[in-house]
Amino acid sequence: MKAIFRIRRYNPEKDKKPYWQEFTLEDVLPTDRVVELLHRIKWEQDGTLTFRRSCAHGVCGSDAMRINGVNLLACKVLVRTFARDDAEEVKIQVEPILGLPVLKDLIVDMEPFFSHYRAILPYLITSEPPPADGRERRQSPQERAIFDDTTKCILCACCTTSCPSFWANDSYVGPAAIVQAHRFIFDSRDQAADQRLNVLGAPDGAWRCRTIFNCTPACPREIKVTQAIGEVKLAIVRGVEHVRQQKIADLKETPAPEE
Amino acid sequence: MQTHQFDVVVVGAGGAGLMAALYASQNGANVAVVSKLYPTRSHTGTAQGGIGAALGNLEEDRWEWHAFDTVKGGDYLADQDAVKVLAEQAVSAIIELELMGLPFDRNPDGTISQRRFGGHTNNITKKPVRRACHAADRTGHMILQTLYQQCIKNQIRFFDEYHAMDQLLSDDGRSAGVVAVEIGSGELHVFHSKAVIWATGGWGRLWSVTSNAHSLTGDAPAILLRRGLPMEDMEFFQFHPTGLYGLGVLITEGVRGEGGILLNGKSERFMERYAPSIKDLASRDVISRAIYLEIQAGRGIGGRPYVHLDVTPKTVNRYLAEAGESRRIDGNYVIQKLPDILDFCRVYAGVDPVEDPIPVAPTAHYGMGGIPTNIDAEVLAKPDGTIVPGLYAAGEVGCVSVHGANRLGTNSLTDLIVFGRIAGRKAAEYAKSAGMPALPPDPAGKVSAELARLRSGKGSSRPGPIRAKMQQAMMDHVGVFRTEAGISETIQIIRGLKEQFNTDLVIDDRGQQFNTDLLEAWELGAMLDLAEVTAASALARTESRGAHSREDYPKRDDQNWLVHSFVWQDGDTIRLDHSRKVDLSLGHEPMERVY
Ligand SMILES: Cc1cc2nc3c(=O)[nH]c(=O)nc-3n(C[C@H](O)[C@H](O)[C@H](O)COP(=O)(O)OP(=O)(O)OC[C@H]3O[C@@H](n4cnc5c(N)ncnc54)[C@H](O)[C@@H]3O)c2cc1C
Ligand code: FES
Repeated sequence: MKAIFRIRRYNPEKDKKPYWQEFTLEDVLPTDRVVELLHRIKWEQDGTLTFRRSCAHGVCGSDAMRINGVNLLACKVLVRTFARDDAEEVKIQVEPILGLPVLKDLIVDMEPFFSHYRAILPYLITSEPPPADGRERRQSPQERAIFDDTTKCILCACCTTSCPSFWANDSYVGPAAIVQAHRFIFDSRDQAADQRLNVLGAPDGAWRCRTIFNCTPACPREIKVTQAIGEVKLAIVRGVEHVRQQKIADLKETPAPEE
Repeated sequence: MQTHQFDVVVVGAGGAGLMAALYASQNGANVAVVSKLYPTRSHTGTAQGGIGAALGNLEEDRWEWHAFDTVKGGDYLADQDAVKVLAEQAVSAIIELELMGLPFDRNPDGTISQRRFGGHTNNITKKPVRRACHAADRTGHMILQTLYQQCIKNQIRFFDEYHAMDQLLSDDGRSAGVVAVEIGSGELHVFHSKAVIWATGGWGRLWSVTSNAHSLTGDAPAILLRRGLPMEDMEFFQFHPTGLYGLGVLITEGVRGEGGILLNGKSERFMERYAPSIKDLASRDVISRAIYLEIQAGRGIGGRPYVHLDVTPKTVNRYLAEAGESRRIDGNYVIQKLPDILDFCRVYAGVDPVEDPIPVAPTAHYGMGGIPTNIDAEVLAKPDGTIVPGLYAAGEVGCVSVHGANRLGTNSLTDLIVFGRIAGRKAAEYAKSAGMPALPPDPAGKVSAELARLRSGKGSSRPGPIRAKMQQAMMDHVGVFRTEAGISETIQIIRGLKEQFNTDLVIDDRGQQFNTDLLEAWELGAMLDLAEVTAASALARTESRGAHSREDYPKRDDQNWLVHSFVWQDGDTIRLDHSRKVDLSLGHEPMERVY
């Protein structure tokens, strides 16, 4: 089929402001990844088209873009998402993710995003000495399971830049930072939940979340982002232990897989 | 142009680079990490199945067995002194990662969970052993995240999105630093340092079907070749047997570790014929060749160039029962152990592995060769062991050589941690004793001229088609099977493409900021250099060993070829040397390799 791309362009060395440009590609397959089509445009038609990418299969988090109005990784969305397999034409609009300064074409400044990430102390903090036998610390499969979902985050910024609260106020730490905090708050080996909950209990923390839910469908790793934020909010109010117990109890209700 | 001074500059922020940076910093050095990607975008994050260490959490295991399996997997080309370091220190490496906070999967007793992986065995029973420590099927992601977290905690200085393009050497032959382009501004930066650690990962983008990221273009090997330094064992490049058909996206060996089976178009479990004792868990070179042979014999699926990897509970349980094992799995188990694999298959192939088999074919995956180093991660200037003072390499870009002619699954991640640690520690120790080397005059001049030339090219050849032709030629003739005629033809093709690149190139973007058109063109130049030395190394080795399989020399030849290849680029000519003997200090003499 034919693909008609409408791409938001901006070259800081030439353009006063961003504009839209159209490109047409022939012989596009329903199974083509959008990132490969952007490559075709760059390699065959216009080498100045600029975007980030690396792994090309949805795990490095480089190529978050707003594609036909929603945040997606360009490498993890196929043409087939936007047109029937037998369609003659597909229209694909691509623009940078919102809420971060645009530097060139589809590239945004990630520094504000990473600075929110660093604010929640994204590393294990414990004063517990390592086990005397020189081996690993023990953690039960249940203790491990309750923060499994939030370990999947690849820091692509799809969630944070889909959030109207973040658009309205970029000092809000945003969903990704809260997801990262969740990963440590509910890790039985970590002892700094209180410090993180202090950051997230502050005015620019978790309460800026208005439960709009944009973040959850935006996550390419299918993390239940809104649920994680909810659990963090509950931990601020009722304490970490309360939420932890509840999560472990919930686990017991789902039968363990057979091995 | 800006100049910075550090004790140690690490280039690359994957597992090896971050580990090296942490250790250099802990050992008192003032460290900078230079990376063309944001650290968390590094390809270590895509590693799936596991990291190998003889923890023995689920059954008896010993580092000596891990060492032997590694030597055998490497078809006896691995240096056994280095393998000893790898296997012995693997255990403490895993424990260290756990203490840093890595969320490994757990056994019911709270210890780290381990699974089976190709080529890892109990040396007494010869049965597969559970040695691969994992965090679901995103082990590399968790390693990369955990190490980056520790770097933040330890306030390591990062230069993110800086593309290194040159190695500086002082008059007396010491490393003096690196030159990098700040991608956002186009400005050149000189990193003047006592020590440099290269940790830039692999170069799978030389081939048309690969599991490797677009960024894996072999920059560091090309940079060092251009500075007159050798590469080692470049002919050994691993094709992983199970890439998602058509795309090359990796489907981890962990799928087979969990019980998955390879089936041909006649629904035969063909690995029974090629590796009667461990079948689908034979090493990768063996399985990739088997798949090619099945396809050549018309036994691909529907006669097409792929086979099936079947991890549906129905099939897995059938073969478990046949093997007399009591274990059974259900769909839920597959979902929990291999969530990302399920996701890749659903998104990219429209296949649900719980219900249907996965279409797979070999994909270019891992460079066993690279920058030659000794077991202290010091870069070798010559095959006799002479080093370049202040220069280190670790991770996939390095060749110690622990992987020999074929790497076992889970051993790369172990390599990153073990030799990343060593590189960081040794570089810091060196920096303590050494003075700051003198910078050569006009340190950024070479890069500046190279970029000016690429930027102003007035020819008619775009980089894209040149790259595509190189990748196809490498895939056709310097892939799973090789012949003299095919390799020679490829060398001619590559030379022609180099000529075109040097005399007729044109790019569209002439700007400074985020000029990825320019950077990609530069990367293509690096890949063309690497393609040529790879093909030349492959042509010279007239035997078959591990991943290097010559149809015209089908046997391994220990009489003549128990040696490493060193290759230099002297202007337009390629020079080879085969004087460096394999280290056999663990006493594992070459034996016939059967699985
Ligand atoms: C899909 C996949 C799955 C895998 N699964 C496993 C597994 O289960 N177990 C296992 O043991 N191994 C596995 N491997 C292999 C292993 O993941 C890699 O070999 C390893 O992660 C490489 O790590 P590294 O630190 O050497 O380099 P990388 O992680 O590739 O990092 C390279 C770094 O160098 C930087 N860089 C490169 N060039 C430049 C330059 N010119 N200037 C500045 N910076 C530069 C990049 O920005 C990046 O930060 C897998 C590989 C792939 C592709
Ligand atoms: S390129 Fe890595 S997530 Fe898309």
